[in-house]
Amino acid sequence: MTSVSVRDLSLNFGAVTVLDKLNLDIDHGEFLVLLGSSGCGKSTLLNCIAGLLDVSDGQIFIHDRNVTWEEPKDRGIGMVFQSYALYPQMTVERNLSFGLQVAKVPQAEIDKRVKRAAEILQIQPLLKRKPSELSGGQRQRVAIGRALVRDVDVFLFDEPLSNLDAKLRSELRVEIKRLHQSLKNTMIYVTHDQIEALTLADRIAVMKSGVIQQLADPMTIYNAPENLFVAGFIGSPSMNFFRGEVEAREGRNFVRVDGVAFDVSAYPARTKLQPGQKVVLGARPEHVKVDEPGAGDAHQAMVDIEEPMGADNLLWLTLAGQSMSVRLAGQRRYPPGSTVRLSFDMGVASIFDADSEKRL
Amino acid sequence: MTGQTRGSVRPNQWLRNLNAKIASIPMILTAVVIFVGGTAWTVVYSFTNSKLLPRLAFVGLDQYERLWAAPRWLISIQNLAVYGFFSLVFSLVIGFVLAALMDQKIRFENTFRTIMLYPFALSFIVTGLVWQWLLNPQYGIQSIVRSLGWTSFAFDPLYNSDIVIYGILIAALWQGTGLVMCLMLAGLRGIDEDIWKAARVDGIPMWKTYMLIIIPMMRGVFITTLVIIASGIVKVYDLVVAQTSGGPGIASEVPAKYVYDYMFLAQNLGQGFAASTMMLVTVAIIIVPWAYLEFGGGRKRG
Amino acid sequence: MDDIASNGMVTAYDAASDRLKAGPRGAKPRRRLSRRNIIVYGTLIVVSLYYLLPLYVMIVTSLKGMPEIRVGNIFAPPLEITFEPWVKAWAEACTGLNCDGLSRGFWNSVRITVPSVIISIAVASVNGYALANWRFKGADLFFTILIVGAFIPYQVMIYPIVIVLREMGVYGTLTGLVIVHTIFGMPILTLLFRNYFAGLPEELFKAARVDGAGFWTIYFRIMLPMSLPIFVVAMILQVTGIWNDFLFGVVFTRPEYYPMTVQLNNIVNSVQGVKEYNVNMAATILTGLVPLTVYFVSGRLFVRGIAAGAVKG
Repeated sequence: MTSVSVRDLSLNFGAVTVLDKLNLDIDHGEFLVLLGSSGCGKSTLLNCIAGLLDVSDGQIFIHDRNVTWEEPKDRGIGMVFQSYALYPQMTVERNLSFGLQVAKVPQAEIDKRVKRAAEILQIQPLLKRKPSELSGGQRQRVAIGRALVRDVDVFLFDEPLSNLDAKLRSELRVEIKRLHQSLKNTMIYVTHDQIEALTLADRIAVMKSGVIQQLADPMTIYNAPENLFVAGFIGSPSMNFFRGEVEAREGRNFVRVDGVAFDVSAYPARTKLQPGQKVVLGARPEHVKVDEPGAGDAHQAMVDIEEPMGADNLLWLTLAGQSMSVRLAGQRRYPPGSTVRLSFDMGVASIFDADSEKRL
Repeated sequence: MTGQTRGSVRPNQWLRNLNAKIASIPMILTAVVIFVGGTAWTVVYSFTNSKLLPRLAFVGLDQYERLWAAPRWLISIQNLAVYGFFSLVFSLVIGFVLAALMDQKIRFENTFRTIMLYPFALSFIVTGLVWQWLLNPQYGIQSIVRSLGWTSFAFDPLYNSDIVIYGILIAALWQGTGLVMCLMLAGLRGIDEDIWKAARVDGIPMWKTYMLIIIPMMRGVFITTLVIIASGIVKVYDLVVAQTSGGPGIASEVPAKYVYDYMFLAQNLGQGFAASTMMLVTVAIIIVPWAYLEFGGGRKRG
Repeated sequence: MDDIASNGMVTAYDAASDRLKAGPRGAKPRRRLSRRNIIVYGTLIVVSLYYLLPLYVMIVTSLKGMPEIRVGNIFAPPLEITFEPWVKAWAEACTGLNCDGLSRGFWNSVRITVPSVIISIAVASVNGYALANWRFKGADLFFTILIVGAFIPYQVMIYPIVIVLREMGVYGTLTGLVIVHTIFGMPILTLLFRNYFAGLPEELFKAARVDGAGFWTIYFRIMLPMSLPIFVVAMILQVTGIWNDFLFGVVFTRPEYYPMTVQLNNIVNSVQGVKEYNVNMAATILTGLVPLTVYFVSGRLFVRGIAAGAVKG
């Protein structure tokens, strides 16, 4: 059963197209993450679903009800904002109950819901305090609580952790995941942080320039990115890209990059690679093996810089005329200038058409 | 540091920042001589019976007794109270309502703002004279309304002792509300946009959002604006001189005018000093609590 | 450009086959004449009329002949436009003493405003600069006194100033008035400049000191070139405030040096006999012309200047 549906959604500000004929179906109980860098339209899409922004074209459905023209309060959603947006002059308790009081919900029911939300989020001792007396993490919990008391099925999160420091961020991230596991509500979550996306999502929608680049579960996005943008966006340090041409020799396919020929016969291409086709070969730093015989298509390269990081060692080398990175587990050192043997496992590599940038 | 350098520290301390100190002489002179010294001088001499020239002949509270027995002064204070109260209330309400309207992402915002603020660029004399003309009973608003049919319509504040202060009030509001609107608008624009969104998602109607959430959040702006309006109210002088010359009779006298008339026209410096000291006291009553709230309380918290 | 991968992705997109369902679609229809719009724009337009009316009446009255004024109402546009009131106001209007119109007051105002603006800004900007970058013992105390002094009603300090100016021999002269304007402009302007200079990056100042530059060198070579906006704001504030001043003009000058505002008041309010309303209105407009021009030309900067000047402390 779909919880939230978006059909042909477009949003224009004057001549600028911010959202371009988007289509999206979110299942009941799913945790969907909208991921992208600033300006890609993810927050805009969330605001449209919430009803805070009017769309230029298209439709929005929540629980199969057409809510395209409904006010936010009638859509059955709760929202958590980046800056918490708690009413500063009210206590936590009043912040939680205010919307319900305005909607003339009976006081007994209000008390019940506030109590329940406070228990789930463990903010009971904070009920009589004002937002200015709370820490960032506590404020964010109250913000989530405000959405909880609305007794709705769909929760919208607009970069809720971006204002917190790194430590708090990872703590609250776990809390949100725990919350989702216990409540099993539909959650739509906007972020620019790929770690949040990869750890929290059931599915991720990677967005760029108002268009969804790929919609899939985290592992698929990581293992089989649909286009060059998604491939370069996920993963840190980002995927190594080699631009070259397809060559066919002795029944095997090669990609020739600046004098180096990568044997890509083992690559599970969806469409047959054409000789002369301009392509981009991608390999993640953590998938490249160093000095391991028989680990795949092998090439020699020289180490430029190494960055030992404790658990891993990050090597920067030059291959086929360009800089690339390799992440190795362990603490073995590879001093600059030393030559190593790199092996590429084409089973986990990616090849994209150079013009369309799509996965082949 | 050894004893050798110790001797050279003291002259250095004076020479350090010498240029800055020289450059600040005007400020120091002004602050000490004019502001502190001048105020103290006036207060001291308010206890004398200076007439045409200042004389150091102390008469205790004599000037003040005369002051508070003078009908003209009593009317001044009464006028100031009425004018001050309504000016404050109307300025804040009108200014805020206008700012709320301007905040609605309207077109022609610049045009509206230009129209509402241009009176502030005018002198009080200009404002007073214009409204004197508009309220002229023979040619002005009263005659217009009468010619439209309401023959018994009476609106001649400038000739009616009971309501003359309201005529001045209308002119003052015309000049000042534009500024209040600008200050309130700046305050409104400083409110986090997410608060509006949260209230909308919560389903809170517009007017309740303003009353229960936004206005309490703007407490600081309101207080600052209040202080600004209040300090302007006490000083009201030019407007009265131009619009009514204090008339009819003495019905629109204000303290500032009382001070000037006694100091420079009636050759009674003592009274002038006493009256201006009373003005100072009035201002202090407003400013001191505010300053304490703004700065004193802050230090406690820090 | 497709928004989805064309290679067999998730079933979610099969739902796209029953694309747009029935019901509301696209932008919510908003009537131009919605209740909200009527309230907002309606109120603003009515309010604008309240603000514009006096200006309209001023202009219209100043262009009518006296007979027409006596007959008609003040809102009616002139049947016969005449500029005679303007000429009279400028060159022939009588105050108590002489009959050469407002032109005398205008030039007085110019002679008062120009030096006052220049000197008050020069002094306050140096003061603000010293306070922001060169703190010395007691500086903050003096500054606090200055700011507190800004709230004290002028009337309390006027007579001591009269005495001081008399001792200096400049009471009643333009010089004296310029000094007075400089004194009373100091609190707001110093605050303005101090806040501005304090907001400039400190590294610039430190780098200059490392290079060996002194107090005045840094002021003229580094601070000034970067401060054009705040100087413009200060100028707007001072030109408007000084030109519109009345109290100081009437206390500290002799009649031949009266600024335009004082003269205007004399022309309108102290004339016995027949009141020439059209001349009065023309004179009023003439007096307001300079600050209004500054206002219209400076637009946004004026708002900023007023807000900065109005927010004390």
